[in-house]
Amino acid sequence: MDWGVMLSYLPLYRDALLLTLRIGWQGVALALALGVVCALTLHLRLPVLRQIVTAYIELFRNTPLLVQLFFLYFALPKVGVRLSPDACGTLGLGLLGGAYMAETFRSGLDNIPTIQSESAQSLGMTRLQAFRYVILPQAVSSSVPGLVANVVFLLKETSVFSTISLMDLMFTAKDLIGMYAKTLECLTLLVVFYLIMLLPVSFLGSAIERRLRYAEFGDRRTV
Amino acid sequence: MQSLGIDVLFKGRNLLRLLGGLWVAVRISLISVALSIVLGLLIGVLMTGKSPVLRGVFRLYLETVRILPQMVLLFIVYFGTTRLFGWNLSAEVSAVFVFTFWGAAEMGDLVRGAILSIPSIQRESAQALGMTPRQVYGYVILPQTVRRLIPLSINLITRMIKTTSLVMMIGMVEVLKVAQQIIEANRRTSPNAAFGLFAVVFLLYFAICWPISRLAGYLEKRWA
Repeated sequence: MDWGVMLSYLPLYRDALLLTLRIGWQGVALALALGVVCALTLHLRLPVLRQIVTAYIELFRNTPLLVQLFFLYFALPKVGVRLSPDACGTLGLGLLGGAYMAETFRSGLDNIPTIQSESAQSLGMTRLQAFRYVILPQAVSSSVPGLVANVVFLLKETSVFSTISLMDLMFTAKDLIGMYAKTLECLTLLVVFYLIMLLPVSFLGSAIERRLRYAEFGDRRTV
Repeated sequence: MQSLGIDVLFKGRNLLRLLGGLWVAVRISLISVALSIVLGLLIGVLMTGKSPVLRGVFRLYLETVRILPQMVLLFIVYFGTTRLFGWNLSAEVSAVFVFTFWGAAEMGDLVRGAILSIPSIQRESAQALGMTPRQVYGYVILPQTVRRLIPLSINLITRMIKTTSLVMMIGMVEVLKVAQQIIEANRRTSPNAAFGLFAVVFLLYFAICWPISRLAGYLEKRWA
């Protein structure tokens, strides 16, 4: 191990981390927004829209992000849609994540027994109130663990961004290995930087999960 | 508007080459899944065992594999270990190794979850009937576990197939790479071929993964 070399690479890796984080979080935000809209569409059984959403979810859940990015970045310009690598990364991650988030939200919504909304309505709440004050809080708390798992999954998936010439961690490592052949140093830094990015999210996830379990109706820990 | 590359697809042996590329990816995932299932069963059983050391070791293994992107693992094995130990690994061997390493961890966790989901009264009743620990596993726990596991491991196959698209990054010629080669070769005659070819690759992946995940969903509902 050549520590001096590793030290000199640090700024490059830091920039790459920042880029990965920036596009990663933009993608996650887009995914959450898309996921909520799609899950509500499915939950409320809106005609026509529901079929479109189902097709979208199936299509993006059953193809790799790498192939989706290639389509966005190399194929779409041929029909006149030209996107920057940044936009492609965000959009690709957002579309992939949206499909996963939608599934997680939807199962959260669908797992609330119908008696909950019936009871709320019999107490004189309107459908909107029942949804806002009874269904939604329970659905959100039961889908949080899945959502956090999705976020970790999406941040990991950013590792294919290098193929559309985004200078992310993977790109930087590959580039440096290609130029200076300090393979082990570059790979060690790569692992360290991915851990810096992913470990906090993963820990935050388990903390949130414990907190929500604590507030959950009935104590499931003893079962 | 010029042709979008569908004609290129039917030129010469292009379609066959593309399918051949897809087979490279699918073959790696099938081999890895087969190995993962065998190793995963073993790991899963060990993870539910009594020894805290063993449980800790497997926990660490699982978390390590889960937290790192598969691409990083591929790079470590393909570029890192070859450098460190000076051996020669082909891209395919590295890929199978990495995907098995990852798949066995995931499978082990699924097996662990499935075993723990069998109520303990099943094990106790079997013991009360005078079965030996081996018989309890063979006749009571495993048959029920396997039934719960099958839909989950089918899901693992689709995840595996999707992940094998990464082998392009360590220089294997799989379906995306073949598509790129075909596009390059036809750059002059049909400059827009990228659209048709990448769309076809997209649909090919969907055509393989979708039926498999539908099957998993169906079995999950039926056997739940």
